[in-house]
Amino acid sequence: MSVGCAEPAIAVAGLHKRFARVHAVRGIDLEVRRGEFFGLLGPNGAGKSTLINILAGLTRADAGHAAICGHDVVTDYRAARRALGVVPQEIVFDPFFTVREVLAIQAGYFGLRGAADKAWQEELLAALMLADKGDANMRALSGGMKRRVLIAQALVHRPQVVILDEPTAGVDVELRASLWVFVRRLHEEGHTIVLTTHYLEEAEALCGRIAIMQDGGIVALDTKEALLRRAVSKTLRVTTAEPAVAVPEGLAPKLRKRTGQILEFTLQQGTDSIPEVLESLRAAGHVVTDIATEQASLEEVFLALTHRGARASVGGAEGPWSGPASRTGP
Amino acid sequence: MTGFPTLFYKELLRFYKVSFQTILAPVVTALLYLLVFASTFKGRPDILPGVSYAAFLIPGLMMMSMIQNAFANSSSSLIQSKIAGNLIFILLSPLSALEFFLAFVGASVVRALCVAAGVYVAAVFFVALPIRHPVFLALFGLLGSAALGALGIIAGIWAERFDQLAGFQNFVVVPLSFLSGVFYSLRDLPPFWRTLSRLNPLLYMIDGFRYGFFGTSDVSPALSLAMVAGFCAAVSLIALALVGRGYRLRN
Repeated sequence: MSVGCAEPAIAVAGLHKRFARVHAVRGIDLEVRRGEFFGLLGPNGAGKSTLINILAGLTRADAGHAAICGHDVVTDYRAARRALGVVPQEIVFDPFFTVREVLAIQAGYFGLRGAADKAWQEELLAALMLADKGDANMRALSGGMKRRVLIAQALVHRPQVVILDEPTAGVDVELRASLWVFVRRLHEEGHTIVLTTHYLEEAEALCGRIAIMQDGGIVALDTKEALLRRAVSKTLRVTTAEPAVAVPEGLAPKLRKRTGQILEFTLQQGTDSIPEVLESLRAAGHVVTDIATEQASLEEVFLALTHRGARASVGGAEGPWSGPASRTGP
Repeated sequence: MTGFPTLFYKELLRFYKVSFQTILAPVVTALLYLLVFASTFKGRPDILPGVSYAAFLIPGLMMMSMIQNAFANSSSSLIQSKIAGNLIFILLSPLSALEFFLAFVGASVVRALCVAAGVYVAAVFFVALPIRHPVFLALFGLLGSAALGALGIIAGIWAERFDQLAGFQNFVVVPLSFLSGVFYSLRDLPPFWRTLSRLNPLLYMIDGFRYGFFGTSDVSPALSLAMVAGFCAAVSLIALALVGRGYRLRN
């Protein structure tokens, strides 16, 4: 189920933004479907925050269009902002007010001042474990609590689309886990979630589709599974009966790590075969007692896509999934 | 205008929570001016016929306090929100440029009126102060503080650091308010300075406001009203245009 939004949750076409000499966003086309849990990844300076700021109306694009639930963020900005909640990356707060005042004020900006709106604010406080801090001044809260207030502020108007810009940066493990429980609940209730994070395991665990940005463009955009399939290598871990002093000459280039009886090989998908490796070891007199394989993680795919020269575990222009994927859609 | 009441309320609450600094301190400062100048120039010939120098000072001090506090309210709220980053909460909302403008100017006017009322209430214990033209008094009070509230929006948007805003306040607003006839009559100035003073829009605010009390003024009240209304309209249009364009707000 998706929350009241007939058009694509986010639609971006031909978006450009320059800052002085920096071309921060270079002709991005993107569509995020209703009800998706979408990951937006990329190294620092890739253009993620600029893209989010354009969607939120905090930055004006030089060219192109962006819409939230079919509402243009410039010409129909009121409806677009009503449909969007943004949790900013930086912890910012108004030092004059208490937590309850902050939420009531934020809701009031959207014209929401009724009893049902107050009840929703209390529900948010409870869900984010802030109920006992409702009357505390913002200055008195810890960093983690301030971040939870930011999440509550982004949700006071029940937006269909929620953008979380690195919401767990600097947050302890326990709080991070509780935040993801809450965000998963929002997603299950039908909200479209867009997440940027530097913790790639979070994106891997949560997101259905992922866009990877670099230098202002989208270099990959696909389902998580398809992205992981792009990895052309996988790891084969072999345990031998005795510590392997030497490996057969043909396997030496594939050997990544040797620790006592454990040998780790990097195998190229499609060209290297596990049975051939095992046979080669047996022929050299090694007794194999255990084997395990490990697929490439999203982090490896990410690193390969964003630092193409450094590693080659993902197909490039000559590989099976060449070229930047800057456009998607149903 | 769905969000305007809340932004207006928030801006009121912001200065109310620090009213010791935003209301009481300027009232005390104005009363100290009154005490020092009224004592120092006690016995000097009346500037306006039948009006003591202390009584002459009070409307000017009230208007000067309104000018400075209306400017300070909008400008300091904006620069603090910009530098602390919490302006984002307003920018992410569906508030229009007009709602933004009206809320900031409205709160500036309310703070200015609170300070002026404080000065008046304290001063009338010591000096009799008639009100001859309450409508003019209200018009000059409202238009003058609205104009400075709008100017505060411009300065708050333009400034990117606290010292830039302090520069605007200390090198523009304070000199213009001190040189606007608070402590003297335009007729007492040499011709050159009298002509120069007529370029100062704040002069018309103070002269017109004083007319509301005493029914006499240096400049025709109609001309003063036209000048103040024109100045208010001009700075309001500039402030609205800047907010609407998102200048230094939505980069």
